[in-house]
Amino acid sequence: MDSVSAILMEAGRLVLNWDRDLAQIVGLSLQVTLTAVFIACLIGLPLGAILGAFRFPGRRVAILLANVLMGLPPVVVGLVVYLMLSASGPMGVLGLLYTPTAMIIAQVLLVTPIIAALSRQVTEDLHAEYAEHFASLGVGRMQRVTALLWDARFSLLTVVLAGFGRAVAEVGAVMIVGGNINHVTRVMTTAIALETSKGDLELALALGLVLLGIALIVNLIVMTVRGTAVRAAYA
Amino acid sequence: MHDPTQIVPAAPNVIDAGITPPLMAARDLGCVVKGQRLLAGVDLTLQAKRRTVVLGPNGAGKSLLLRLLHGLLPRTEGQILWQGRPLSRCDQRAQAMVFQRPVMLRRSVQANLHFALKVRGFAGHERTRRTEQALEMAGLTHLAKRPARVLSGGEQQRLAIARALACGPELLFLDEPTANLDPAATAHIETLIRDAHDQGVTVMMVTHDQGQARRLAQDLIFLQDGRVAESGRADVLLQTPRSDALRAWIEGRLFVTDAPRDRK
Repeated sequence: MDSVSAILMEAGRLVLNWDRDLAQIVGLSLQVTLTAVFIACLIGLPLGAILGAFRFPGRRVAILLANVLMGLPPVVVGLVVYLMLSASGPMGVLGLLYTPTAMIIAQVLLVTPIIAALSRQVTEDLHAEYAEHFASLGVGRMQRVTALLWDARFSLLTVVLAGFGRAVAEVGAVMIVGGNINHVTRVMTTAIALETSKGDLELALALGLVLLGIALIVNLIVMTVRGTAVRAAYA
Repeated sequence: MHDPTQIVPAAPNVIDAGITPPLMAARDLGCVVKGQRLLAGVDLTLQAKRRTVVLGPNGAGKSLLLRLLHGLLPRTEGQILWQGRPLSRCDQRAQAMVFQRPVMLRRSVQANLHFALKVRGFAGHERTRRTEQALEMAGLTHLAKRPARVLSGGEQQRLAIARALACGPELLFLDEPTANLDPAATAHIETLIRDAHDQGVTVMMVTHDQGQARRLAQDLIFLQDGRVAESGRADVLLQTPRSDALRAWIEGRLFVTDAPRDRK
Protein backbone atom coordinates (compact mmCIF):
# COMPACT_ATOMS: atom_id res chain seq x y z
CA MET A 1 0.00 0.00 0.00
CA ASP A 2 2.86 2.28 0.90
CA SER A 3 4.56 1.59 -2.39
CA VAL A 4 1.37 2.36 -4.32
CA SER A 5 0.96 5.69 -2.54
CA ALA A 6 4.65 6.43 -3.04
CA ILE A 7 4.30 5.73 -6.76
CA LEU A 8 1.22 7.94 -6.90
CA MET A 9 3.05 10.73 -5.06
CA GLU A 10 6.00 10.50 -7.43
CA ALA A 11 3.72 10.42 -10.46
CA GLY A 12 1.93 13.50 -9.16
CA ARG A 13 5.26 15.24 -8.63
CA LEU A 14 6.31 14.43 -12.20
CA VAL A 15 3.09 15.86 -13.58
CA LEU A 16 3.33 18.99 -11.46
CA ASN A 17 7.00 19.55 -12.35
CA TRP A 18 6.05 18.99 -15.98
CA ASP A 19 9.27 17.21 -16.85
CA ARG A 20 10.69 18.04 -20.33
CA ASP A 21 10.52 14.41 -21.51
CA LEU A 22 6.95 14.14 -20.29
CA ALA A 23 6.01 17.35 -22.07
CA GLN A 24 7.55 16.08 -25.31
CA ILE A 25 5.68 12.77 -25.12
CA VAL A 26 2.37 14.51 -24.35
CA GLY A 27 2.97 17.06 -27.12
CA LEU A 28 3.70 14.40 -29.72
CA SER A 29 0.68 12.37 -28.61
CA LEU A 30 -1.60 15.34 -29.07
CA GLN A 31 0.01 16.30 -32.37
CA VAL A 32 -0.40 12.79 -33.82
CA THR A 33 -3.90 12.25 -32.44
CA LEU A 34 -5.34 15.64 -33.35
CA THR A 35 -3.88 15.49 -36.86
CA ALA A 36 -5.25 11.99 -37.38
CA VAL A 37 -8.68 12.92 -36.04
CA PHE A 38 -8.75 16.07 -38.19
CA ILE A 39 -7.95 14.09 -41.36
CA ALA A 40 -10.40 11.34 -40.37
CA CYS A 41 -13.10 14.02 -39.93
CA LEU A 42 -12.38 15.47 -43.36
CA ILE A 43 -12.97 12.04 -44.86
CA GLY A 44 -15.41 10.43 -42.45
CA LEU A 45 -17.95 13.22 -41.88
CA PRO A 46 -18.85 13.85 -45.55
CA LEU A 47 -18.75 10.10 -46.17
CA GLY A 48 -21.14 9.53 -43.27
CA ALA A 49 -23.46 12.28 -44.51
CA ILE A 50 -23.48 10.83 -48.03
CA LEU A 51 -24.31 7.37 -46.66
CA GLY A 52 -26.98 8.91 -44.45
CA ALA A 53 -28.67 11.12 -47.01
CA PHE A 54 -28.55 9.32 -50.35
CA ARG A 55 -29.77 6.01 -51.68
CA PHE A 56 -27.47 4.43 -54.25
CA PRO A 57 -26.46 0.93 -55.32
CA GLY A 58 -23.99 -0.55 -52.87
CA ARG A 59 -25.02 1.76 -50.03
CA ARG A 60 -25.93 -1.07 -47.69
CA VAL A 61 -22.61 -2.78 -48.37
CA ALA A 62 -20.78 0.49 -47.70
CA ILE A 63 -22.64 0.92 -44.38
CA LEU A 64 -21.90 -2.67 -43.42
CA LEU A 65 -18.23 -2.16 -44.30
CA ALA A 66 -18.01 1.02 -42.22
CA ASN A 67 -19.63 -0.76 -39.28
CA VAL A 68 -17.29 -3.74 -39.57
CA LEU A 69 -14.24 -1.52 -39.89
CA MET A 70 -15.21 0.25 -36.67
CA GLY A 71 -14.03 -2.82 -34.86
CA LEU A 72 -10.74 -3.15 -36.73
CA PRO A 73 -8.02 -4.62 -34.50
CA PRO A 74 -5.33 -1.91 -34.20
CA VAL A 75 -2.48 -4.40 -34.51
CA VAL A 76 -3.87 -5.56 -37.85
CA VAL A 77 -3.99 -1.96 -39.08
CA GLY A 78 -0.47 -1.46 -37.74
CA LEU A 79 0.71 -4.54 -39.58
CA VAL A 80 -0.91 -3.49 -42.87
CA VAL A 81 0.55 0.02 -42.66
CA TYR A 82 3.91 -1.50 -41.70
CA LEU A 83 3.86 -3.74 -44.78
CA MET A 84 2.92 -0.79 -46.99
CA LEU A 85 5.60 1.51 -45.61
CA SER A 86 8.41 -0.98 -45.06
CA ALA A 87 11.40 -0.77 -47.39
CA SER A 88 10.10 -3.65 -49.51
CA GLY A 89 6.51 -2.34 -49.48
CA PRO A 90 4.79 -0.34 -52.24
CA MET A 91 5.26 2.93 -50.34
CA GLY A 92 8.67 2.10 -48.91
CA VAL A 93 10.43 4.74 -51.02
CA LEU A 94 8.67 7.45 -49.05
CA GLY A 95 10.68 6.49 -45.98
CA LEU A 96 7.79 7.08 -43.61
CA LEU A 97 8.17 4.05 -41.39
CA TYR A 98 9.01 4.92 -37.76
CA THR A 99 7.92 8.51 -38.19
CA PRO A 100 4.96 10.37 -36.68
CA THR A 101 3.47 10.46 -40.20
CA ALA A 102 3.24 6.66 -40.23
CA MET A 103 1.49 6.81 -36.86
CA ILE A 104 -0.95 9.38 -38.22
CA ILE A 105 -1.69 7.17 -41.24
CA ALA A 106 -2.42 4.19 -38.97
CA GLN A 107 -4.68 6.27 -36.73
CA VAL A 108 -6.53 7.76 -39.68
CA LEU A 109 -7.30 4.22 -40.87
CA LEU A 110 -8.58 3.31 -37.43
CA VAL A 111 -10.62 6.44 -36.76
CA THR A 112 -12.18 7.16 -40.18
CA PRO A 113 -14.60 4.18 -40.10
CA ILE A 114 -15.73 5.16 -36.59
CA ILE A 115 -16.46 8.72 -37.64
CA ALA A 116 -18.09 7.66 -40.92
CA ALA A 117 -20.32 4.99 -39.34
CA LEU A 118 -21.44 7.10 -36.39
CA SER A 119 -21.99 10.26 -38.42
CA ARG A 120 -24.02 8.21 -40.91
CA GLN A 121 -26.47 7.38 -38.15
CA VAL A 122 -26.70 10.98 -36.94
CA THR A 123 -27.16 12.48 -40.41
CA GLU A 124 -29.60 9.77 -41.52
CA ASP A 125 -31.92 10.60 -38.62
CA LEU A 126 -31.68 14.30 -39.37
CA HIS A 127 -32.19 13.74 -43.08
CA ALA A 128 -35.36 11.77 -42.39
CA GLU A 129 -36.68 14.93 -40.73
CA TYR A 130 -35.48 17.30 -43.47
CA ALA A 131 -35.99 15.15 -46.59
CA GLU A 132 -39.33 16.53 -47.76
CA HIS A 133 -38.34 20.12 -47.07
CA PHE A 134 -35.09 19.62 -49.00
CA ALA A 135 -36.93 17.95 -51.88
CA SER A 136 -39.52 20.73 -51.96
CA LEU A 137 -36.82 23.41 -52.05
CA GLY A 138 -34.76 21.51 -54.61
CA VAL A 139 -31.66 21.35 -52.43
CA GLY A 140 -28.67 20.00 -54.39
CA ARG A 141 -26.54 17.07 -53.31
CA MET A 142 -23.59 19.12 -52.11
CA GLN A 143 -25.90 21.55 -50.29
CA ARG A 144 -27.61 18.61 -48.58
CA VAL A 145 -24.35 17.24 -47.26
CA THR A 146 -23.11 20.59 -45.99
CA ALA A 147 -26.52 21.49 -44.49
CA LEU A 148 -26.79 18.15 -42.69
CA LEU A 149 -23.26 18.38 -41.32
CA TRP A 150 -23.82 21.94 -40.16
CA ASP A 151 -27.17 21.26 -38.53
CA ALA A 152 -25.89 18.08 -36.88
CA ARG A 153 -22.67 19.75 -35.75
CA PHE A 154 -23.36 19.45 -32.03
CA SER A 155 -24.36 15.79 -32.25
CA LEU A 156 -21.32 15.17 -34.42
CA LEU A 157 -19.09 16.52 -31.64
CA THR A 158 -19.81 13.30 -29.76
CA VAL A 159 -18.85 11.34 -32.88
CA VAL A 160 -15.56 13.22 -33.13
CA LEU A 161 -15.03 12.60 -29.43
CA ALA A 162 -15.41 8.85 -29.99
CA GLY A 163 -12.79 9.06 -32.73
CA PHE A 164 -10.48 11.09 -30.50
CA GLY A 165 -10.88 8.56 -27.70
CA ARG A 166 -9.98 5.71 -30.00
CA ALA A 167 -6.93 7.53 -31.38
CA VAL A 168 -5.49 8.88 -28.14
CA ALA A 169 -5.76 5.52 -26.35
CA GLU A 170 -4.34 3.49 -29.21
CA VAL A 171 -1.15 1.46 -28.59
CA GLY A 172 -0.81 -1.48 -30.97
CA ALA A 173 -0.77 0.22 -34.37
CA VAL A 174 1.40 3.19 -33.36
CA MET A 175 3.84 0.87 -31.63
CA ILE A 176 4.26 -1.20 -34.83
CA VAL A 177 4.57 1.66 -37.33
CA GLY A 178 6.18 4.21 -34.98
CA GLY A 179 8.60 1.93 -33.23
CA ASN A 180 8.37 3.83 -29.92
CA ILE A 181 11.62 5.68 -30.58
CA ASN A 182 12.55 8.09 -27.80
CA HIS A 183 12.15 11.78 -28.76
CA VAL A 184 10.89 10.75 -32.21
CA THR A 185 7.80 8.54 -32.10
CA ARG A 186 7.20 7.93 -28.40
CA VAL A 187 3.68 8.83 -27.41
CA MET A 188 1.83 8.49 -24.11
CA THR A 189 0.40 5.03 -24.66
CA THR A 190 3.59 3.45 -26.01
CA ALA A 191 5.60 5.15 -23.26
CA ILE A 192 3.25 3.76 -20.61
CA ALA A 193 3.66 0.26 -22.06
CA LEU A 194 7.46 0.64 -22.15
CA GLU A 195 7.89 2.21 -18.71
CA THR A 196 5.63 -0.42 -17.14
CA SER A 197 7.70 -3.21 -18.66
CA LYS A 198 10.86 -1.49 -17.40
CA GLY A 199 9.41 -1.15 -13.93
CA ASP A 200 9.37 2.67 -13.98
CA LEU A 201 5.85 2.80 -12.67
CA GLU A 202 6.06 6.43 -11.53
CA LEU A 203 6.51 7.76 -15.09
CA ALA A 204 3.96 5.27 -16.46
CA LEU A 205 1.41 6.40 -13.91
CA ALA A 206 2.24 10.06 -14.47
CA LEU A 207 1.58 9.58 -18.18
CA GLY A 208 -1.61 7.70 -17.36
CA LEU A 209 -2.78 10.61 -15.21
CA VAL A 210 -2.08 13.07 -18.02
CA LEU A 211 -3.96 10.84 -20.47
CA LEU A 212 -6.92 10.71 -18.12
CA GLY A 213 -6.73 14.45 -17.61
CA ILE A 214 -6.78 15.10 -21.36
CA ALA A 215 -9.74 12.75 -21.83
CA LEU A 216 -11.55 14.49 -18.97
CA ILE A 217 -10.92 18.00 -20.32
CA VAL A 218 -11.98 17.09 -23.87
CA ASN A 219 -15.15 15.41 -22.58
CA LEU A 220 -15.98 18.39 -20.38
CA ILE A 221 -15.59 20.79 -23.30
CA VAL A 222 -17.78 18.66 -25.55
CA MET A 223 -20.42 18.19 -22.85
CA THR A 224 -20.53 21.92 -22.17
CA VAL A 225 -20.84 22.81 -25.86
CA ARG A 226 -23.51 20.18 -26.43
CA GLY A 227 -25.41 21.20 -23.32
CA THR A 228 -25.47 24.80 -24.48
CA ALA A 229 -26.64 23.70 -27.92
CA VAL A 230 -29.43 21.53 -26.50
CA ARG A 231 -30.65 24.39 -24.30
CA ALA A 232 -30.67 26.65 -27.36
CA ALA A 233 -32.48 23.95 -29.43
CA TYR A 234 -29.70 23.74 -31.97
CA ALA A 235 -28.89 20.09 -31.20
CA MET B 1 -81.26 6.65 -52.30
CA HIS B 2 -77.63 7.11 -53.22
CA ASP B 3 -75.15 4.31 -52.95
CA PRO B 4 -72.81 5.60 -50.20
CA THR B 5 -69.74 4.33 -52.03
CA GLN B 6 -70.76 5.91 -55.30
CA ILE B 7 -68.22 8.27 -56.77
CA VAL B 8 -69.84 11.22 -58.43
CA PRO B 9 -67.88 12.19 -61.53
CA ALA B 10 -66.11 15.50 -61.31
CA ALA B 11 -68.49 18.12 -62.54
CA PRO B 12 -67.38 20.54 -65.20
CA ASN B 13 -66.70 23.70 -63.28
CA VAL B 14 -65.70 27.27 -63.70
CA ILE B 15 -62.05 26.44 -63.25
CA ASP B 16 -62.27 24.22 -66.31
CA ALA B 17 -64.10 26.83 -68.32
CA GLY B 18 -60.94 28.51 -69.57
CA ILE B 19 -61.46 31.99 -68.17
CA THR B 20 -57.78 32.10 -67.28
CA PRO B 21 -55.14 29.62 -68.47
CA PRO B 22 -54.69 26.62 -66.14
CA LEU B 23 -51.59 26.79 -64.00
CA MET B 24 -51.55 23.10 -63.28
CA ALA B 25 -53.56 20.09 -64.34
CA ALA B 26 -53.62 16.39 -63.57
CA ARG B 27 -54.92 13.89 -66.05
CA ASP B 28 -55.88 10.41 -64.90
CA LEU B 29 -53.34 10.72 -62.08
CA GLY B 30 -52.80 7.62 -60.02
CA CYS B 31 -50.42 6.17 -57.50
CA VAL B 32 -49.89 2.50 -56.75
CA VAL B 33 -47.58 1.56 -53.91
CA LYS B 34 -46.65 -2.09 -53.32
CA GLY B 35 -49.68 -3.23 -55.30
CA GLN B 36 -52.04 -1.00 -53.36
CA ARG B 37 -53.87 1.68 -55.32
CA LEU B 38 -53.78 4.80 -53.20
CA LEU B 39 -54.96 7.27 -55.80
CA ALA B 40 -56.75 6.61 -59.07
CA GLY B 41 -58.05 8.51 -62.08
CA VAL B 42 -57.61 11.97 -60.61
CA ASP B 43 -58.47 14.70 -63.10
CA LEU B 44 -58.18 18.25 -61.90
CA THR B 45 -57.31 21.69 -63.13
CA LEU B 46 -55.89 24.48 -61.04
CA GLN B 47 -56.49 27.94 -62.36
CA ALA B 48 -53.93 30.61 -61.57
CA LYS B 49 -54.62 32.91 -58.62
CA ARG B 50 -57.37 30.76 -57.09
CA ARG B 51 -57.61 29.16 -53.67
CA THR B 52 -58.41 25.48 -53.96
CA VAL B 53 -59.20 23.44 -50.89
CA VAL B 54 -58.91 19.65 -50.85
CA LEU B 55 -61.25 17.87 -48.47
CA GLY B 56 -61.88 14.27 -47.64
CA PRO B 57 -61.76 11.67 -44.90
CA ASN B 58 -58.54 10.26 -43.46
CA GLY B 59 -56.76 8.07 -45.95
CA ALA B 60 -58.60 9.55 -48.92
CA GLY B 61 -55.29 10.54 -50.48
CA LYS B 62 -55.30 14.30 -49.88
CA SER B 63 -51.72 14.66 -48.71
CA LEU B 64 -50.60 12.11 -51.27
CA LEU B 65 -52.23 14.18 -54.02
CA LEU B 66 -50.35 17.29 -52.92
CA ARG B 67 -47.05 15.42 -52.80
CA LEU B 68 -47.61 13.96 -56.27
CA LEU B 69 -48.50 17.35 -57.73
CA HIS B 70 -45.45 18.94 -56.09
CA GLY B 71 -43.21 16.16 -57.38
CA LEU B 72 -42.19 14.86 -53.96
CA LEU B 73 -43.46 11.40 -54.86
CA PRO B 74 -43.30 9.71 -58.25
CA ARG B 75 -46.63 9.18 -59.94
CA THR B 76 -47.27 5.71 -61.30
CA GLU B 77 -50.13 6.64 -63.60
CA GLY B 78 -51.36 9.63 -65.54
CA GLN B 79 -49.87 12.99 -66.26
CA ILE B 80 -49.22 16.26 -64.47
CA LEU B 81 -49.16 19.39 -66.59
CA TRP B 82 -47.66 22.73 -65.66
CA GLN B 83 -48.92 25.59 -67.82
CA GLY B 84 -49.93 23.06 -70.43
CA ARG B 85 -46.71 21.04 -70.64
CA PRO B 86 -45.50 18.05 -68.63
CA LEU B 87 -44.24 19.07 -65.18
CA SER B 88 -40.46 19.19 -64.99
CA ARG B 89 -38.08 19.48 -62.04
CA CYS B 90 -37.48 23.06 -63.13
CA ASP B 91 -41.19 23.87 -62.77
CA GLN B 92 -41.06 22.61 -59.19
CA ARG B 93 -39.05 25.71 -58.35
CA ALA B 94 -42.10 27.81 -59.13
CA GLN B 95 -43.92 25.94 -56.36
CA ALA B 96 -43.52 25.72 -52.61
CA MET B 97 -44.99 23.43 -50.00
CA VAL B 98 -45.75 23.80 -46.31
CA PHE B 99 -46.23 20.65 -44.29
CA GLN B 100 -48.55 19.81 -41.43
CA ARG B 101 -45.57 19.60 -39.11
CA PRO B 102 -43.33 22.48 -40.15
CA VAL B 103 -39.76 21.43 -40.83
CA MET B 104 -37.45 23.74 -38.94
CA LEU B 105 -33.72 23.58 -39.54
CA ARG B 106 -31.57 23.63 -36.41
CA ARG B 107 -30.79 27.27 -37.00
CA SER B 108 -32.15 30.67 -36.16
CA VAL B 109 -35.40 31.96 -37.65
CA GLN B 110 -33.40 34.25 -39.92
CA ALA B 111 -31.01 31.47 -40.97
CA ASN B 112 -33.97 29.24 -41.91
CA LEU B 113 -35.12 31.91 -44.35
CA HIS B 114 -31.57 32.55 -45.60
CA PHE B 115 -31.04 28.88 -46.35
CA ALA B 116 -34.20 28.54 -48.43
CA LEU B 117 -33.41 31.69 -50.38
CA LYS B 118 -29.81 30.63 -50.96
CA VAL B 119 -30.94 27.26 -52.30
CA ARG B 120 -33.32 29.07 -54.64
CA GLY B 121 -30.40 31.10 -55.93
CA PHE B 122 -31.10 34.55 -54.50
CA ALA B 123 -27.97 36.70 -54.18
CA GLY B 124 -26.78 38.16 -50.88
CA HIS B 125 -28.46 41.57 -50.98
CA GLU B 126 -31.73 40.22 -52.35
CA ARG B 127 -31.62 37.45 -49.76
CA THR B 128 -31.36 39.95 -46.94
CA ARG B 129 -34.18 42.08 -48.37
CA ARG B 130 -36.51 39.09 -48.80
CA THR B 131 -35.65 37.77 -45.34
CA GLU B 132 -36.57 41.07 -43.72
CA GLN B 133 -39.75 41.25 -45.77
CA ALA B 134 -40.75 37.70 -44.86
CA LEU B 135 -40.07 38.26 -41.16
CA GLU B 136 -42.19 41.38 -41.20
CA MET B 137 -45.01 39.68 -43.10
CA ALA B 138 -45.08 36.80 -40.60
CA GLY B 139 -44.74 39.12 -37.60
CA LEU B 140 -41.53 37.41 -36.56
CA THR B 141 -39.03 40.26 -36.85
CA HIS B 142 -38.50 40.37 -33.08
CA LEU B 143 -37.72 36.64 -33.11
CA ALA B 144 -35.26 36.72 -36.01
CA LYS B 145 -32.25 35.63 -33.96
CA ARG B 146 -34.14 32.97 -31.96
CA PRO B 147 -33.56 29.29 -32.74
CA ALA B 148 -36.49 28.29 -34.95
CA ARG B 149 -37.19 25.14 -32.96
CA VAL B 150 -38.03 27.00 -29.76
CA LEU B 151 -40.87 28.93 -31.41
CA SER B 152 -44.45 27.97 -30.64
CA GLY B 153 -46.37 25.76 -33.08
CA GLY B 154 -48.16 28.74 -34.59
CA GLU B 155 -44.96 30.76 -34.93
CA GLN B 156 -43.19 27.83 -36.57
CA GLN B 157 -46.01 27.43 -39.08
CA ARG B 158 -45.95 31.17 -39.82
CA LEU B 159 -42.22 30.92 -40.40
CA ALA B 160 -42.73 27.91 -42.68
CA ILE B 161 -45.29 29.83 -44.75
CA ALA B 162 -43.14 32.98 -44.81
CA ARG B 163 -40.16 30.87 -45.88
CA ALA B 164 -42.16 29.31 -48.68
CA LEU B 165 -43.50 32.67 -49.85
CA ALA B 166 -40.12 34.38 -49.63
CA CYS B 167 -38.98 32.25 -52.56
CA GLY B 168 -41.72 33.82 -54.69
CA PRO B 169 -43.71 30.75 -55.70
CA GLU B 170 -46.53 30.86 -58.22
CA LEU B 171 -48.25 27.95 -56.50
CA LEU B 172 -48.29 27.25 -52.77
CA PHE B 173 -49.26 23.81 -51.47
CA LEU B 174 -50.41 23.68 -47.86
CA ASP B 175 -50.92 20.35 -46.14
CA GLU B 176 -53.19 20.96 -43.14
CA PRO B 177 -51.19 23.97 -42.01
CA THR B 178 -53.44 24.73 -39.05
CA ALA B 179 -53.87 21.23 -37.65
CA ASN B 180 -53.41 21.34 -33.86
CA LEU B 181 -53.29 25.13 -33.75
CA ASP B 182 -55.53 27.30 -31.58
CA PRO B 183 -58.04 29.74 -33.14
CA ALA B 184 -55.73 32.75 -32.77
CA ALA B 185 -52.84 30.98 -34.49
CA THR B 186 -55.22 29.64 -37.14
CA ALA B 187 -56.52 33.15 -37.83
CA HIS B 188 -52.96 34.40 -38.24
CA ILE B 189 -52.14 31.61 -40.71
CA GLU B 190 -55.34 32.22 -42.68
CA THR B 191 -54.47 35.91 -42.94
CA LEU B 192 -51.06 34.97 -44.34
CA ILE B 193 -52.72 32.67 -46.88
CA ARG B 194 -55.19 35.37 -47.93
CA ASP B 195 -52.39 37.95 -48.22
CA ALA B 196 -50.34 35.58 -50.37
CA HIS B 197 -53.35 34.96 -52.56
CA ASP B 198 -54.02 38.68 -52.84
CA GLN B 199 -50.48 39.06 -54.13
CA GLY B 200 -51.20 36.60 -56.91
CA VAL B 201 -50.09 33.28 -55.43
CA THR B 202 -52.23 30.29 -56.34
CA VAL B 203 -53.05 28.24 -53.26
CA MET B 204 -53.91 24.56 -52.96
CA MET B 205 -54.62 23.50 -49.42
CA VAL B 206 -55.66 20.37 -47.59
CA THR B 207 -57.82 20.78 -44.52
CA HIS B 208 -60.17 18.83 -42.27
CA ASP B 209 -61.73 21.99 -40.91
CA GLN B 210 -65.13 22.67 -42.47
CA GLY B 211 -65.16 26.25 -41.23
CA GLN B 212 -61.76 26.85 -42.74
CA ALA B 213 -62.87 25.38 -46.05
CA ARG B 214 -65.85 27.73 -46.07
CA ARG B 215 -63.65 30.70 -45.22
CA LEU B 216 -60.87 30.06 -47.70
CA ALA B 217 -62.06 27.87 -50.55
CA GLN B 218 -62.87 29.35 -53.91
CA ASP B 219 -62.66 25.93 -55.50
CA LEU B 220 -63.15 22.61 -53.80
CA ILE B 221 -61.95 19.10 -54.45
CA PHE B 222 -63.53 16.34 -52.38
CA LEU B 223 -61.55 13.13 -52.32
CA GLN B 224 -62.86 9.78 -51.23
CA ASP B 225 -61.10 6.43 -51.37
CA GLY B 226 -58.35 7.82 -53.56
CA ARG B 227 -60.69 9.31 -56.15
CA VAL B 228 -62.13 12.74 -56.79
CA ALA B 229 -65.70 12.42 -55.59
CA GLU B 230 -66.62 16.00 -56.42
CA SER B 231 -64.88 19.12 -57.57
CA GLY B 232 -65.88 22.59 -58.61
CA ARG B 233 -66.75 26.02 -57.27
CA ALA B 234 -66.76 25.88 -53.49
CA ASP B 235 -69.91 28.00 -53.05
CA VAL B 236 -71.83 25.71 -55.43
CA LEU B 237 -70.59 22.43 -53.98
CA LEU B 238 -71.13 23.52 -50.40
CA GLN B 239 -74.70 24.56 -51.25
CA THR B 240 -75.64 21.59 -53.42
CA PRO B 241 -73.40 18.61 -52.77
CA ARG B 242 -74.05 15.71 -55.09
CA SER B 243 -72.29 12.89 -53.28
CA ASP B 244 -73.53 11.46 -49.98
CA ALA B 245 -70.04 11.69 -48.57
CA LEU B 246 -69.74 15.44 -49.12
CA ARG B 247 -73.34 16.00 -47.99
CA ALA B 248 -72.65 14.08 -44.80
CA TRP B 249 -69.44 16.01 -44.27
CA ILE B 250 -71.25 19.35 -44.71
CA GLU B 251 -74.05 18.30 -42.37
CA GLY B 252 -71.53 17.14 -39.79
CA ARG B 253 -72.77 13.55 -39.91
CA LEU B 254 -70.43 10.60 -39.50
CA PHE B 255 -70.06 8.96 -42.85
CA VAL B 256 -68.44 5.56 -43.02
CA THR B 257 -68.28 3.50 -46.19
CA ASP B 258 -69.12 -0.11 -45.38
CA ALA B 259 -68.08 -1.43 -48.78
CA PRO B 260 -64.50 -2.64 -48.99
CA ARG B 261 -62.28 -0.12 -50.63
CA ASP B 262 -61.24 -0.91 -54.16
CA ARG B 263 -57.57 -0.28 -53.59
CA LYS B 264 -56.13 -3.15 -55.55
